[in-house]
Amino acid sequence: MKFSLISLLKEGLTGNRGWPRQWRDPAPKAAYDVVIVGGGGHGLATAYYLAKEHGIRNVAVLEKGWLGGGNTGRNTTVVRSNYLWEESERLYEHAMKLWETLSDDLNYNVMYSPRGVLMLAHSIHDVQVGKRHVHANRLAGIDNEWLSREEVLDFCPILNPATDIRYPIAGGALQRRGGTARHDAVAWGYARGADRFGVDIIQNCEVKGIIRDASGKVIGVETTRGYIGAGKVGVVAAGHTSVVMGMAGVRMPLESYPLQALVSEPIKPIMPCVLMSNAIHAYMSQSDKGELVIGAGTDQYVSYSQTGGLQIAQATIEAICELFPMTRRLRMLRNWGGIVDVTPDRSPIIGKTPVEGLYVNCGWGTGGFKATPGSGHVFAATIAKGEPHPIAAPFTLERFTTGRLIDEAAAAAVAH
Amino acid sequence: MLLILCPYCQSRRAELEFRNVGAAHISRPSDPQTTTDAQWGEFLYQRDNPKGRIAERWLHIHGCGRYFNAIRDTISDVFVTTYKSGEPPPAMPSEAKP
Ligand SMILES: Cc1cc2nc3c(=O)[nH]c(=O)nc-3n(C[C@H](O)[C@H](O)[C@H](O)COP(=O)(O)OP(=O)(O)OC[C@H]3O[C@@H](n4cnc5c(N)ncnc54)[C@H](O)[C@@H]3O)c2cc1C
Ligand SMILES: [Zn+2]
Repeated sequence: MKFSLISLLKEGLTGNRGWPRQWRDPAPKAAYDVVIVGGGGHGLATAYYLAKEHGIRNVAVLEKGWLGGGNTGRNTTVVRSNYLWEESERLYEHAMKLWETLSDDLNYNVMYSPRGVLMLAHSIHDVQVGKRHVHANRLAGIDNEWLSREEVLDFCPILNPATDIRYPIAGGALQRRGGTARHDAVAWGYARGADRFGVDIIQNCEVKGIIRDASGKVIGVETTRGYIGAGKVGVVAAGHTSVVMGMAGVRMPLESYPLQALVSEPIKPIMPCVLMSNAIHAYMSQSDKGELVIGAGTDQYVSYSQTGGLQIAQATIEAICELFPMTRRLRMLRNWGGIVDVTPDRSPIIGKTPVEGLYVNCGWGTGGFKATPGSGHVFAATIAKGEPHPIAAPFTLERFTTGRLIDEAAAAAVAH
Repeated sequence: MLLILCPYCQSRRAELEFRNVGAAHISRPSDPQTTTDAQWGEFLYQRDNPKGRIAERWLHIHGCGRYFNAIRDTISDVFVTTYKSGEPPPAMPSEAKP
């Protein structure tokens, strides 16, 4: 069923009882041309573009839990493309362009909201780095502009204007096309879109083994719902990528860390944009429900615990209270964690692996939600053609042997 | 927050006193001339990243200032043991089956 003004009106007047299932719940077939491991946004987008742009429709997405139950449903939804290096600029801007038309393309409202992402500077060094970023982005044709201290306070008046604090505001870089999108809607929209092309979305199906023939080529996967044959396998398992790739004997340059976020009780609109400060490791935006959405940092150790230490959230709250004094008496409603897969250079890995027929898309770490459409798009092309998409080409696994890293400080640690 | 037993101080202290410094028992290639790119890549970047027991290094930065090793379960975050640098990883109960 297509969503339209007419269908909305009709359902609205008849108690919303006529909406059908948005995607099927099929039993796995014996074999598929392509099996995608991981039903997060990136995996679902990959399946969607495989079907839509490459005509490969005999595809299954296998998800061990429920759709978007991984980092896709746990992130703070910040979308931006103001990365530093040309390779990253191309990749994240490719995604940004797709965000702009995604709701139309999917006929599903992903609530992309280009409300602006403002990255604060607190010192002369921050100002220099921030301006360098602005210049680099503009040379690449990506919007980013420098705001003076006064302009920053004007743009987001709830910021602390004091100059006698540890991190006073010195200016900021504003990407106006940056903003947020609704994370669940992204997973659901891609799932629905892929399903309509015939892709089987199979939940509660954990991949337990990757099966190879005598020549080493991938021929299928062992799952909790039995063996499923596969011409090609694409692993898009975020924090669990090392575990899944280990099933094919491939070691990865990844470490998995818990990353936390929290939301406050809902209040009236108080801020016009996403605000982030790399120096004090905190960022905040306001959801449509009115909750303040606050991102914290990662724990310092490898863990799959999906919670994270309380002191990490506390440090973030302290920073938020200093940056936005008016938030001091707000209550926090929820705090949660996800497991993020971090690469040594903080850039993702998209492409082929040493195993024939096995492809991987991972290493998005603390900041891959923004890239979801672009990531799926270039990964689908890479799987379909057996050759890296030009935008994905620099992000190979081999760069950790050749040393051609894409050291993306703009993706570092906390900022999204 | 983790509670960590420093094998030098013999005291269980809050995680805030410690810095995690990554995987343990990784040795730098001793002869750069004959080390291949693949070997450098393995040493610098490839990690076990296990879901289960990990051998990792910690630095008691706000205590004795010394490095030590630990075995920890990455699902529960419970420490199995901590031991001094230079000591081999202890045989684990599960591995020590008759
Ligand atoms: C708290 C937090 C805040 C964040 N904030 C932002 C932000 O503001 N902006 C931004 O751009 N990014 C952000 N990120 C990062 C972003 O969430 C991720 O980079 C992105 O969502 C990864 O998408 P994915 O589809 O690859 O991963 P996921 O959604 O995690 O999907 C991977 C899926 O694989 C499944 N899986 C794993 N193993 C198996 C198996 N063996 N068999 C079958 N399925 C398996 C998992 O269950 C999971 O559903 C944040 C992350 C967190 C945790
Ligand atoms: Zn000590």
